[in-house]
Amino acid sequence: MSFDDFREELRKVVDPAAIRASDHGIKGYSLEVTARSDQVGRIARAARDTDLFLEAISGVDFTDCFQVVYFFNGFGAGSRVQVRVKVNKGESLPTISTVYDAALWHEREVFDLFGIAFDNHPNLRRLLLPEDADFHPLRKDFGRVHAVRSTDEIYGDPTA
Amino acid sequence: MWHWLVTVLGPDVVRLAVSLVAIIALVQVNALFLVWLERKVAGHIQLRLGPMEVGPHGILQTLVDGIKLVSKELITPRHVDRKLFVLAPIVVFLPVVSSFIVIPFSEHLQIRDLNVGVLLIFAFSTFNVLAILMGGWAANNKYSLLGAIRSVAQSVAYEIPLLLVVLNVLLWTGSFQMSAIVEAQSGRWNAVWMPFAALIYLICATAETNRAPFDIPEAESELVAGFHTEYSGMRFALFFLAEYSNMLIVAAVATTLFFGGWKSPPFLGFLPVPGVLWFFSKTYALVFGVVWVRWTFPRLRFDQLMNFSWKVMIPASLIHLVVYAGIIKLIR
Amino acid sequence: MATQLPEPIIEQTYYLNMGPQHPSTHGVLRLFLKLDGEYIIEADPIIGYGHRGHEKMAESHLYEQFLPNASRMDYLSGLIFNHGYVAAIEKMAGIEVPPRAEYIRVICAELNRISSHLLWFGTYIMDLGGFTPFLYAFDDREIILDILDRVTGSRLTYSYCRVGGVAKDVDDEFIAATRGFIQRLRSRWEDYHNLVTKNVIFIHRTKGVGVINREIALRFGCSGPVLRAAGVVYDIRRVEPYSVYPDLQFEIPTGTAGDAFDRYMVRLQEIEQSLRIIEQALERLPEGPIRGRAPRNVRPPRGDSYFAVEAARGALGFYIVSDGTRYPYRLKVRAPSFGNLQVLTEMLPGTLVADTISILGSIDIVVPEIDR
Repeated sequence: MSFDDFREELRKVVDPAAIRASDHGIKGYSLEVTARSDQVGRIARAARDTDLFLEAISGVDFTDCFQVVYFFNGFGAGSRVQVRVKVNKGESLPTISTVYDAALWHEREVFDLFGIAFDNHPNLRRLLLPEDADFHPLRKDFGRVHAVRSTDEIYGDPTA
Repeated sequence: MWHWLVTVLGPDVVRLAVSLVAIIALVQVNALFLVWLERKVAGHIQLRLGPMEVGPHGILQTLVDGIKLVSKELITPRHVDRKLFVLAPIVVFLPVVSSFIVIPFSEHLQIRDLNVGVLLIFAFSTFNVLAILMGGWAANNKYSLLGAIRSVAQSVAYEIPLLLVVLNVLLWTGSFQMSAIVEAQSGRWNAVWMPFAALIYLICATAETNRAPFDIPEAESELVAGFHTEYSGMRFALFFLAEYSNMLIVAAVATTLFFGGWKSPPFLGFLPVPGVLWFFSKTYALVFGVVWVRWTFPRLRFDQLMNFSWKVMIPASLIHLVVYAGIIKLIR
Repeated sequence: MATQLPEPIIEQTYYLNMGPQHPSTHGVLRLFLKLDGEYIIEADPIIGYGHRGHEKMAESHLYEQFLPNASRMDYLSGLIFNHGYVAAIEKMAGIEVPPRAEYIRVICAELNRISSHLLWFGTYIMDLGGFTPFLYAFDDREIILDILDRVTGSRLTYSYCRVGGVAKDVDDEFIAATRGFIQRLRSRWEDYHNLVTKNVIFIHRTKGVGVINREIALRFGCSGPVLRAAGVVYDIRRVEPYSVYPDLQFEIPTGTAGDAFDRYMVRLQEIEQSLRIIEQALERLPEGPIRGRAPRNVRPPRGDSYFAVEAARGALGFYIVSDGTRYPYRLKVRAPSFGNLQVLTEMLPGTLVADTISILGSIDIVVPEIDR
């Protein structure tokens, strides 16, 4: 499908208010989607049909929740899409490794560094740390960090 | 004192003892020189100088390396097959040295002119395969085993065209005796009217000695060090020595069979150069060629190597044999 | 391999560990192989031996303090990582970079790309058994390292770019040396092509080996020469241009078959294109300041941003989440080799052990950037 069809498909999956266009020149991505964990699978399949590839999956630790950020990108200009999913601590996300093989390692890395589990991942073991490590280093309660914030402090309205 | 020894032991025994000592000395000095030559040639091909520190232009480098290897602890890893582990370096080294007995260095310099000289050399060269297999198996190490298995397959595959091609020379000469083969080349060297035979021989010989581009058994970048991964100190030195002596023997046999042995080229017969000098210069020219090829080409993949032997070399040498048998029949 | 029985009665396979200490896995990579004789049935790359926690370090360091870390992730294209990190911050904070600094950054980045590709060229052939081109390539690479040493102060792990510009200005000797280098490398092409590209053994070892087509590249998120050899024209310098790349003329070399030989040719042609870029940039190098106006400790506004550059190995991405202070809240580095290495799990089954080296070498990974 084309990129416009992809946008249409997204509107069917996610609440249209959760899709925002952003300035690619400033933010680096042209579409910003806030999704729920059960919508991730359908978004990934739509991205696959649009010939996008999975560029990165990143986790971010906040006081109130984890946030898992997916980046899909196409081979044309300005086609990077950011999908942000809020995950409560202790919850897990469905895996998209059936759609994208690249997710096998990206999800293992998020699991390794944050402790977020992915359901139905065929091989969810640690990637970077030794197999017998019992900590998740990129959580804010591990080691030395400068600040721990909540999602509102980063993404919320600055005037509020 | 010599007089007394000769009368007590008999002239034959003394001659044999002296010549064996001379052969071992030759092999060691050759290894000394050849390792230095290889390192220098490699260096110059790669735009660098090679060993320069020890002795003038690094000529004593191998001697010093040898002293280092001798002084190392002989480590025997715990789970190896002890008897085979200790036996393998000996089995790889002795037959190569023994093959020098029949090489005619000059008209009168030949330890024993056996009438099955050629057969002896090729019989002894098969011990190489046995020793490599022993070494690879005994080391109880997957890498070594892989290296040894590959080496056996490679040696078997390349032994066949080697022998087929040597048959051509034997057909022409009519005898297995090394000196007779040299005599038969007084008018014309064998390589001149059997060039493909010489070429096939040289390729197969490079494969038999596990030199690049056929050095899969000891492929440094794939299997660490192949079948001699677990060997250290003097045991490793013996494998190393055996490889370089093997190179020399293979070049010496090529010189004798194809390039006229100790005879001067027909048009340069007037020069007062002794046969020994001709022999060694031809041999070392061939060795230089082998070294040159090693540092120029990458390695063949194992199945490509085997395909090359079974699908190209063996048919080529069979056809060559049939054609030349016909030609020799016609000439005679 | 023909099977006469419907399922195997006896399975004789064995496990072989390639690495983590191995001459051919560049960096500490462990390949856990399940072998049947010489054929590979399963391959599992095990990484993490070089995990140093760069992303965690970023959360307790100032943006400027993290700069040396950036070039140590992929030490072979350290300047490009430098450039990408600094440009990501500048874009987020809206800091302007003077044109002279932009051109200097591009020249140094392209020199870095050439030195990375030359090192790959030497080590790839060496893995295949030909020891000589390695030294020829390093001879050329020494000149680049000397040039960059004069201006940045280090030979391998550079911390040259600063927020708003570069640290030190280039002088006429730099320009003359770079021009001399361009001429010298162009004169060496004949040597390289005669020694390697036309070598029958090399062609046999690389043609048809490790075919990565567009579909596989899409599934695994490959980028860089691996993707371009599959025929996809995707180069971040063209698709999402940054710095002064829009003003420079260069081509994007691609391949057709996606095998190891195509990846080899793509990289060699990329070196030539980088030479073109450097020539043009040297022509157009303007006078002016080398650092723009930037606060001493930069404070990007709240929010997140993703910035991509084309490193020597593929698409490099910096995802910065900022909370408005001088310290990053989260810095994620999307390393190009991360996606490229995964392809091995698909490529290796069914091939011979000897091909492993050829395929692994042709993908060109640097394990520390995967591990971070």
